[in-house]
Amino acid sequence: MMIQLQAKGIEFGYNSSMILKDVSFEIGPSRLVTIVGPNGSGKSTLIKCIDRILTPKSGSILIDRKDVTKMDRMEIAKNLSYVPQSSARTFSSNVFDTVLMGRRPHIGWLSSDDDEEKVWEVLRLLGIEDLAMSSFGELSGGQQQKVLIARALVQDTKVMLLDEPTSNLDIWHQLDVMNIVSDLVRKRRMTALIALHDLNLASRYSDGIIMMKKGKIMAVGDPASVLTPENIEAIYNVEVAVRSQSEAPFIVPVKQIKRNGSRPNHDGSFFSNGRRRTGFPRSLSEIKEIRLS
Amino acid sequence: MPKTVRRISTRAGKRSRMQEAHDSFVSARYLFMMVIIATIIILTGVIITLGPLDISVADAYRALIDRFYPDYFDVEPLTKRVVWNIRFPRIVGGILAGIGFGVCGCVMQAVLKNPLASPFTLGISAGAQFGISLAAVIGISLVGGPYLLIGNAFFFALLCSGFIIGLAAIKGATSETLVLAGIAVNYFFSAMSQLFKYFADDEQLRLMTSWGMGDLSAFSWNKIPLILCVFAVCIPLLMLKAWDLNIMTAGDETAKSIGVNAEHVRIFIMLISSVVVATVVCFTGTISFIGLVAPHMARMILGGDHRFLIPASGILGAVVLVAADGVAMNVIAPTVIPTGIMTSVIGVPFFMYLMLKGRRKEFWA
Repeated sequence: MMIQLQAKGIEFGYNSSMILKDVSFEIGPSRLVTIVGPNGSGKSTLIKCIDRILTPKSGSILIDRKDVTKMDRMEIAKNLSYVPQSSARTFSSNVFDTVLMGRRPHIGWLSSDDDEEKVWEVLRLLGIEDLAMSSFGELSGGQQQKVLIARALVQDTKVMLLDEPTSNLDIWHQLDVMNIVSDLVRKRRMTALIALHDLNLASRYSDGIIMMKKGKIMAVGDPASVLTPENIEAIYNVEVAVRSQSEAPFIVPVKQIKRNGSRPNHDGSFFSNGRRRTGFPRSLSEIKEIRLS
Repeated sequence: MPKTVRRISTRAGKRSRMQEAHDSFVSARYLFMMVIIATIIILTGVIITLGPLDISVADAYRALIDRFYPDYFDVEPLTKRVVWNIRFPRIVGGILAGIGFGVCGCVMQAVLKNPLASPFTLGISAGAQFGISLAAVIGISLVGGPYLLIGNAFFFALLCSGFIIGLAAIKGATSETLVLAGIAVNYFFSAMSQLFKYFADDEQLRLMTSWGMGDLSAFSWNKIPLILCVFAVCIPLLMLKAWDLNIMTAGDETAKSIGVNAEHVRIFIMLISSVVVATVVCFTGTISFIGLVAPHMARMILGGDHRFLIPASGILGAVVLVAADGVAMNVIAPTVIPTGIMTSVIGVPFFMYLMLKGRRKEFWA
């Protein structure tokens, strides 16, 4: 079975506080996988560790069976592209120059005709050619997100990492961005790993979902098997109703669950409002290695 | 039209409206570079004519060319002496200082991601001023003779920036921390210089004050080769990092994801630009406005590509400094106003005009 991206036992933390604990997974080619979880669960940290923006304390990351930890930064940039959550810039440049930055791993001091042509191709593909001469700082949030995706695309990598690409967008632009990424995965056979807050977007677009809490992978699989009321309650402390729409689960939040100390008991169950509820499913807390191929 | 643009046109067939707009923008960048180079050449000829001895612009250029082709023009010996021994060395000094401040201001703003950064953000001017004060008041200097003051200024300028670069290298400090550390170092060494001023006699006080105002009168032909050697090594090294600087303005995380080791580039740039600025500032004193504003002027016109921005910031710095010095020398002749003062007096209104005229809300965008 082909494996495009593999993480083995990634651990990351600052001093004694661990943010990622023994994270392992495998993703095959042409897959769109989302990482979901509450704030502070380690989604963005995991993305940054995979791209070596942050250096994990232990573990390995393999792209096409090549170890990312043994690559220099330029080599990593030829294999992995990253779309950041924030696009704040001190000095703005125009959209063309911003996208051309993505060619840095492939070029020397001068950009070639091919590099510039590649930028135009990607701008056309994402429908933002008309913005080429606009200042990046003057664009709307949705337009900026497309430019950042375009910059990652011209890097010509097989794996694209996106850190909450829809977090500041209205619903039209959320769908627009996710459709673009989904199309790239299907048509260019790229693998996309996306940290995402919106469970319904994750449900609608993902081939697989990784659900995290407190730096650990708690559930993994296709949307229908991961986005269950039990899992969501256990991970988010929110009671939800899950309906099915076009085969993808559709999640409606019902209410928050107040817990004393928010911790399950030793037997893996917890009490809420005096009522006993289902605890962490045993299978979730014990998952160490998973596959999304 | 640049060669690259023509080749794309041929291969890809009909170019879109936006591609044509981009081609025009690239051509405009080259045109702007040529215009500012022409401006500095014309300015040199005009400034040489200003002074007690009447020299026409044509005579000024003739005298300059005469050194290389002695039999071609008939130029008065007095004119030649005045041009080559008095007026031209000062202009060359102004050009070099302007280039140094402009280039270093541009790269410092990029690596510190701060539009208020300048070549002096790392405390270079305060360190140099402290070195001057130490030599002037107590007589302590690392080197003696004619380089008593200059040697001290150079050493303490590098000491200050070295401290902050060390902080970046050992502690992995962020750009925000480096700016704050620079401000702290500035305050500390300024306070020490003030302490020396408090105990200085009139002559020492005059020396310290005049250096602090910034002046080009220290330039002479024997000092220019040293500066040229430093520039010949350092400025190409800074230019080599132009792409990385473009990317670093998008943030360290983005830079790393595109293959740029932001921490290493930041330390490298700060180290090289510190050497350039310390070399210039020990001759000129503090002329702080150029390094702050020349990069902004260039950015407003050229956009954010440092392959153009670095040289343009240097040349624009030279234009503003030479023009300001020309006015400073002649506006109330025979009194010469310190260049640092006149640079701000002339440069600020021009900068404000560009800032307010700009269509963008963020003038540095």
